[in-house]
Amino acid sequence: MSLVQRNAWTLGLLVLFVVLLGVTRAIQPGFGVSGLESLARAALPFAFATAAMAVVVIVGGIDLSVASMMAVCSVTAAVLMQSMGGVPAILITLAVGTAMGLVNGALIVLTRVPDIVVTLAMLFVWQGTALLILASPGGTATDWMRSAITGSVIVDGLPKALVLVALVVAVVWVPVKRSKLGLAIYATGSDETAAYRSGVAVGRTRTLAYGIAGLFSACGGLGLLALTGVGEPVPGPYLLAAVASVVLGGVILGGGIGGLLGPIIAVFILRIIRTILTLAAVDPNVTTIVEGTIMVGVVMFGAVLVLRSRGAGP
Amino acid sequence: MSDIHPKPAEHVAPLVRLGRFLKDNPVIPLIGFLFALIGILELMRPGIVSVFWAGNLIKFAIPLAMLAAAQVLTMLTGGIDLSVGIVATCSAFVTATLTPLIGPAPAMLVAMGTGVIVGLVNGFGVAIARVHPLIMTLGTGLIATGCLQVYQRFVISTGTDIPAVLEWLGTGRSWNLPNGLFLFIPFAGFVLWLMRYTGFGRLLFALGSNEKAAKLSGVRSWQVLMALYVLSGLIAALTGLLYLGMIRAPSLSLAVPLMLPSVAAAVIGGTSIFGGRGSFAGAMVGALILRVIDTMLTLARMPEGARIALFGLIILAVTALYVRLSETR
Repeated sequence: MSLVQRNAWTLGLLVLFVVLLGVTRAIQPGFGVSGLESLARAALPFAFATAAMAVVVIVGGIDLSVASMMAVCSVTAAVLMQSMGGVPAILITLAVGTAMGLVNGALIVLTRVPDIVVTLAMLFVWQGTALLILASPGGTATDWMRSAITGSVIVDGLPKALVLVALVVAVVWVPVKRSKLGLAIYATGSDETAAYRSGVAVGRTRTLAYGIAGLFSACGGLGLLALTGVGEPVPGPYLLAAVASVVLGGVILGGGIGGLLGPIIAVFILRIIRTILTLAAVDPNVTTIVEGTIMVGVVMFGAVLVLRSRGAGP
Repeated sequence: MSDIHPKPAEHVAPLVRLGRFLKDNPVIPLIGFLFALIGILELMRPGIVSVFWAGNLIKFAIPLAMLAAAQVLTMLTGGIDLSVGIVATCSAFVTATLTPLIGPAPAMLVAMGTGVIVGLVNGFGVAIARVHPLIMTLGTGLIATGCLQVYQRFVISTGTDIPAVLEWLGTGRSWNLPNGLFLFIPFAGFVLWLMRYTGFGRLLFALGSNEKAAKLSGVRSWQVLMALYVLSGLIAALTGLLYLGMIRAPSLSLAVPLMLPSVAAAVIGGTSIFGGRGSFAGAMVGALILRVIDTMLTLARMPEGARIALFGLIILAVTALYVRLSETR
């Protein structure tokens, strides 16, 4: 398979995104650099939540607690930043997020309860933890953190928030994907028994994958804090959006197929659709309907494509 | 020769034998656990356990158990229905807003209709387009939420009214027991009958155990799944009607908080999320257990965060224990 064929879905998403950008330009000729910047900023927490979800879906699981973990990280960082500098607070928060992810993964492996049930229970646990840390929205974000995601970098029209997402995901995911762990993650996701029999430490792989998801959730929580400036203990609507973007991004539920680039492009597609509908003065409630319809429609379309290619293949 | 035959039962360790017994009768240990919890509750606050209290417990467990029925049925085929919370909310909201306009009975009919519509869409997606049920029902839930918000904009001025019969069902009592039982007992009987004695119920188990085998034996899986998701939508809509009578304040997120606990109740009750195994009796006990835990945590006067976190930990502990006990190895 050529590079183009292998990445057909991702390329298609990219083309779709560019087309949608064009549509936005057509509706609102004034949509330019600042529009792009605010789009990227709004997409920041969604992008990290989606990256987290994508990793666990690739390993063959699902994590319903992503939004709750983000809430915990956002309040942790907000509280810590009141008493210490930004950098140690961010480092501690990243460690906390990774630890939460590892706990999720370890519980799934040790209890042998289905991952969807474990993370459903952990959704409550982390949500409660966030409320214990901070009962109502509060805390603070350092100024440089807020300015780190506003505006453009290098050239106008390359939003800082977008660069940040690309950088963090690349720094975390690319080394992992190229290492033995990455291979083990894909192997476990596509066939757990086969992976086990070829000597992959399935339990450890799964735990580590959840740990990576926890790390991305922590980034999402920090992004959320940078976006709003206050720690918010109540989880936002990130779970649903993350699942939608992961599926739209070409990661197959059940595991083993897909990457992180597709889902992140999908996040921007879903965000820009929201922007277009807002610019077109569509009722925001109708926007919710459109989003749901797109999500379901895309998944149906994807399922049809998979069936087709299977039918045509050997 | 002789060693290929299974060994006699006396070689089986007692714990394994207990596990097998529990696997065959998942409801028995659950009921034991329920009574243990009630005992702890009585120790925490002597005198709290009374007939009135039991009635209240049952009253609030009924809507949860009804939604759990929808989860059990869909989980039997390896699916899940995450749209039940919003369907119940839609049905409640539609009933409350349409009653002043077209009268209680037609309003309730329209409300049940919304359940059928969402069920049909779910069924189409899962059975014909082969979308993963989790995604499909999340998506329809999202669409339904949007539709409900748009709908609200049009009816906000008409005011709301709650049909008297629903209020009677939701808040009334007969012989110290909640009137909701008048709805729930026939409902539970129907679900139990459906699962145990009908061809439809067997088809659900068959599809969940091995879909390929079921299809090769001539099961038209798309028809079964379609019917299943419509039934699930109907159950959710019916729950919404009852819950409306109970809470008496229609809102756009009325029954949404019941959604995740309904999954938890089904799972605690011994239903496998991968399909092929499940019991509604277990889910009913599971719903009661969740309500008792809720009461305990409220009584302990913990901060809200600790309460929510403990709730999650208990769900996890119960299911982990259950999996450990019922594992045959």
